[in-house]
Amino acid sequence: MTVKRLRGLLLSPLALLGGCHLALLDPSGDVARQQSDVMIVTTVIIALIIVPVLVAIGVIAWRYRASNEKAHYDAEWDHSPQLELVVWAAPLLIIIAVGAISWIGTHQLDPYRPLDRVAQGQPVAAGTKPLEVDVVSLRWKWLFLYPQYGIATVNQLAAPVNVPIRFKFTSDAMMDAFSVPELAGMVYTMPGMQTMLHAVINKPGQYPGFSANYSGAGFTDMRFTFEGMSQQDFDDWVAKAHAAGGTLDLQAYELLRQPERDAPVRSYASFEPDLYTRILNRCAGPGQECKGQMPMMSASATADDAMQGMQGHPAHAGADSPMDAGKPVPAQAAAAH
Amino acid sequence: MPEAMPHRAPIWNFLFGRLTLDSLPFLKPDLEGRIVLVTLIVVAIGGLAILGLITRKRLWGYLWHEWFTSVDHKKLGIMYMILGTVMLLRGFSDAIMMRAQQAYAFGPQMGYLPPEHYDQIFSAHGSIMIFFVAMAYIVGLMNYVMPLQIGARDVAFPFLNNLSFWFTFWGAILFMVSLFVGDFSTAGWLGYPPVSELQQGSGVDYYIWGLQLSGVGTLLTGVNFVTTILKMRAPGMSMMKMPVFSWTALCTSGLILATFPVLTATLFLLSLDRYLGTHFFTTGFGGNVMMYINLIWVWGHPEVYILILPIFGVYSEVVPTFSGKPLFGYSSMVYATVAIMILSYLVWLHHFFTMGSGADVNSFFSLTTMIISIPTGVKIFNWLFTMYRGRVRFTVPMLWTMGFLFTFTIGGMTGVMLSVAPADFLLHNSLFLIAHFHNVIIGGVVFGVFAAVNYWFPKAFGFKLDEFWGKASFWFWLVGFWVAFTPLYIMGLMGVTRRLSHFDNPALQPYFIVAAFGAFLIALGILAFIIQIYVSVVRRKAYAVGGDPWNGRTLEWSTSSPPPDYNYAFVPNVHARDAWTDMKKHGFQRPLEGFHPIHMPKNTAAGAIIGALSFACCFGLVWYIWWLAVASFAGIIVAAIVHTFNYHRDYHIPADEVRAFEHSGNWQPDAKGASA
Amino acid sequence: MNTTVADTAPSRFLCHEEPHAPNGTLLGFWLYLMSDCFIFASLFACYAVLGTSTAGGPAAAEVLDLPGLAVNTALLLVSSVTFGFAMLEMARKNQRAMLAWLAVSGLLAVGFVTLEIHEFLGMIAEGAGPGRSAFLSSFFTLVGTHGLHVSVGILWLIVLMVQLGRFGLTEANVRRLQCLSMFWHFLDLVWVGVFSFVYLAGVLR
Repeated sequence: MTVKRLRGLLLSPLALLGGCHLALLDPSGDVARQQSDVMIVTTVIIALIIVPVLVAIGVIAWRYRASNEKAHYDAEWDHSPQLELVVWAAPLLIIIAVGAISWIGTHQLDPYRPLDRVAQGQPVAAGTKPLEVDVVSLRWKWLFLYPQYGIATVNQLAAPVNVPIRFKFTSDAMMDAFSVPELAGMVYTMPGMQTMLHAVINKPGQYPGFSANYSGAGFTDMRFTFEGMSQQDFDDWVAKAHAAGGTLDLQAYELLRQPERDAPVRSYASFEPDLYTRILNRCAGPGQECKGQMPMMSASATADDAMQGMQGHPAHAGADSPMDAGKPVPAQAAAAH
Repeated sequence: MPEAMPHRAPIWNFLFGRLTLDSLPFLKPDLEGRIVLVTLIVVAIGGLAILGLITRKRLWGYLWHEWFTSVDHKKLGIMYMILGTVMLLRGFSDAIMMRAQQAYAFGPQMGYLPPEHYDQIFSAHGSIMIFFVAMAYIVGLMNYVMPLQIGARDVAFPFLNNLSFWFTFWGAILFMVSLFVGDFSTAGWLGYPPVSELQQGSGVDYYIWGLQLSGVGTLLTGVNFVTTILKMRAPGMSMMKMPVFSWTALCTSGLILATFPVLTATLFLLSLDRYLGTHFFTTGFGGNVMMYINLIWVWGHPEVYILILPIFGVYSEVVPTFSGKPLFGYSSMVYATVAIMILSYLVWLHHFFTMGSGADVNSFFSLTTMIISIPTGVKIFNWLFTMYRGRVRFTVPMLWTMGFLFTFTIGGMTGVMLSVAPADFLLHNSLFLIAHFHNVIIGGVVFGVFAAVNYWFPKAFGFKLDEFWGKASFWFWLVGFWVAFTPLYIMGLMGVTRRLSHFDNPALQPYFIVAAFGAFLIALGILAFIIQIYVSVVRRKAYAVGGDPWNGRTLEWSTSSPPPDYNYAFVPNVHARDAWTDMKKHGFQRPLEGFHPIHMPKNTAAGAIIGALSFACCFGLVWYIWWLAVASFAGIIVAAIVHTFNYHRDYHIPADEVRAFEHSGNWQPDAKGASA
Repeated sequence: MNTTVADTAPSRFLCHEEPHAPNGTLLGFWLYLMSDCFIFASLFACYAVLGTSTAGGPAAAEVLDLPGLAVNTALLLVSSVTFGFAMLEMARKNQRAMLAWLAVSGLLAVGFVTLEIHEFLGMIAEGAGPGRSAFLSSFFTLVGTHGLHVSVGILWLIVLMVQLGRFGLTEANVRRLQCLSMFWHFLDLVWVGVFSFVYLAGVLR
């Protein structure tokens, strides 16, 4: 595969630079890998025009230096229809190629789109249920809810390898960005909004995760570990969380959501069943009623609305807009594994 | 919502609003307080020394009558350039502090700045560099050069031009005051909510009002320049005979007209949220954070083209002059400029592909972003073919241009990488993005400003800048840039994100140390630039030149260096694109008799007064000192009305005076312009 | 251009008559109005996005007062017509009639602003102030910004009437009156937008 060879070419000199892993050029999750492929292929295509231009700048400037009397000097030459055609056409062709790749890649790698493969040549088997993780960004830590297993963790995320994961994101107060470069591209999290990401991890290991959008003084420490593990290890990990006990009810959440820097890893054996929906609807306070009045919409819908608004179309009522690209997803009841 | 007032006697709250002794960071005994205290002492000593010198030399009257109240576009242009340079020093010290912190704060070592302080520094660095360095520089350049290039005596609204300068100036002062009184925003250079909504204290308010002042100033400049270019070109100069720098000034001013109002409106809404408790960008009561991000980028993306277009114009003047040839593909260049101007309005969403927009929306903005690289690529080719078959003289302005061509082209490549939406999901907000952005802003705008300063300085002052220190400055900047930002590109590919004040992974430290060293090299570049100015001023007699030191091609080189107040004794009559080259080719001889009185605008103090009052008003608003805000706002209205009662805003320079200057002005010794 | 013509006379390259560009101020003012359009466009965009974000508070149909609006709109539109009469009188150099029509326009605009303030105060008293919901924030800001423009127009009108009274129809004053006239009609146009987009659409929704 050519991209593989290109990647090898790119990595070999850069790897000497200091023993750091260039995660974006050689990631461990299939989605990030495809995004990385797009990046590498487009870079090579752009380089087709950039490299000759860089060479030409040097060659022409040197050849026509004032002291070089031998070079042809034409004080009047200031246009050439043929050359100008080339000058417009060459970048246009490059952009058509890169644009086509971007268009296809953007649709294929849309974070809202469920995965159809877990790795190259490994399609997702029919009937496979993705691992569901509901993510809440807090000040300044990450809360991960596993509705299928009934457990919750803080600043620690685990998933079995080669199993599709479906993340849903919202935020408590700030705007953050869920980012695990080895897994997949980042996605913003926002209060009262839901965004999504479908991803898969292919290699077991521990990967850094963090917020990529500045959210205040504790932002630097807003880190977590993402662990890819075998199915057996994952089951053990879940069992350990169950055994450790602890309940994340509304009172506990109220404490948890207080700003905290460099928060430790925590885990809970169970959580308030509709906690995520409550946080999304901004009614997670103890004793707070959820009236269902607040708009519950995907960020996608509202961003579109915002744009339509700028073109003069009125935004449609958010309360009716379907979540998650058309499929209303009811809050999952916590199911003990 | 507005914050609660301090607990103390109401009279103090009335007099000082929420300003208390605790608001003065330099009184705090911690390290942060010490840093501010030392800065304050340095600034105070430097400031007092300058003020003392001015007083001792009895220069206040001169400065007031000849500069502060001047409506001469040339003097205003020079004042903008000085403002830009002073603010460059401020913005760059922020950069040095950030690089030092990031090189140092690893593992157990937390660095010397707590996050609350570090975050103010990166926010201040970004907003100062964009609004008060880059904008001041390009507005200064357009002010100085554009009216001369189109053969005008001044801009269309000279008083407004003076007022614009003072708004920008006082906006900058507001930013500077935030260093010593209160704090600054931590919400980044664009003031993203929720941080900008939730941050307590005066910081975000300084940011808002500082930008509002300078934004209004810039908007007025846009109105002024578009009118000037459309209405005041010399006879015969059709649009397609206009120098490319003036074309880019027109497009940039048009973009200013179409985007700065959006900035004004957006910051206005943010201030309503903060002062009156409305819910535009809050996270409850129906507010929408994403709307702020959309609106600010509707301004923010065209803004980078506002910065780069006039700089493209600079290169389009420098390359033909030093290649001894007309610009290749003039029409292509003009169309490309106009295309960039229009397209720049259609790309803003590429700043947040990762905010959950659907694939169709992302693809659309990804494509428009790529399309904008086509006209930009055309420009690179045109400069290349201008050098082709030329006689390229590697003077200092040309060196900066060569540095630009290499650096900016690579920056363009990383820009296209970022525009590919799937790749952007990985690269967004990473240090790769930071490196790309600085790649085009330093490699494009900053290099261009230095090219322009070296190119037009002899026109403005009658002597050239020192070559040795100019070259030293160039090489320090060029090498420094690559040393500082290559590590950032690499760390970006490792997935390291921006705005971190501390790191755990020790493997990253060497990269940050290299980057800090690069920043140090750039500091030497800035130092070399200051030395260059100093040395040239000292040796100004030896470096004296005539009206046309570079064998220039456009009209500004046909007048004296420095030009008289009235620019041209007779308005030029233009027959060709490179009007001055055309005149020289026809053996043009400057007439020495037959002058007429020249109609010129009078200086006025109204701009300086309104500017100072607007500063007082904004300072009152920042600190909730309502009496001050109300009184100075009323003062602005009164001053504006009084100004409208002044119907005698112009005068005539007598023909004798014109004749005297035309006989004594500085056209010699090399009016034929053979020197390089 | 013809390079073979060896015309070295300075007259070929210099104008001995000072060129004069007419109407620069009007163009400049028109450009300013266009940029002001972008401010209103931003506020309209916000209203479009937030117009239904009532956060449990009152919706447009519940708080907006259409009969009051009809009076308001009539006042503003008529003031535009009377301003037009003033401009006609200016063209006839009939200063007294012109000042009278200007005064009428100003009074109508004062009526408009008074009614608007009355409406605002009423809404705030009902608990539907700008801090209640994003919808109300965007409503008050959009309509209020327009009202603020009208108020500035009134102040400008007063100052200009004083200047016209004292200095007469000088060239500068005529130019200023033309600018104010553009401003006045521009605000009318914006009001038509506010009227249809905020009030009518809001009540119909």
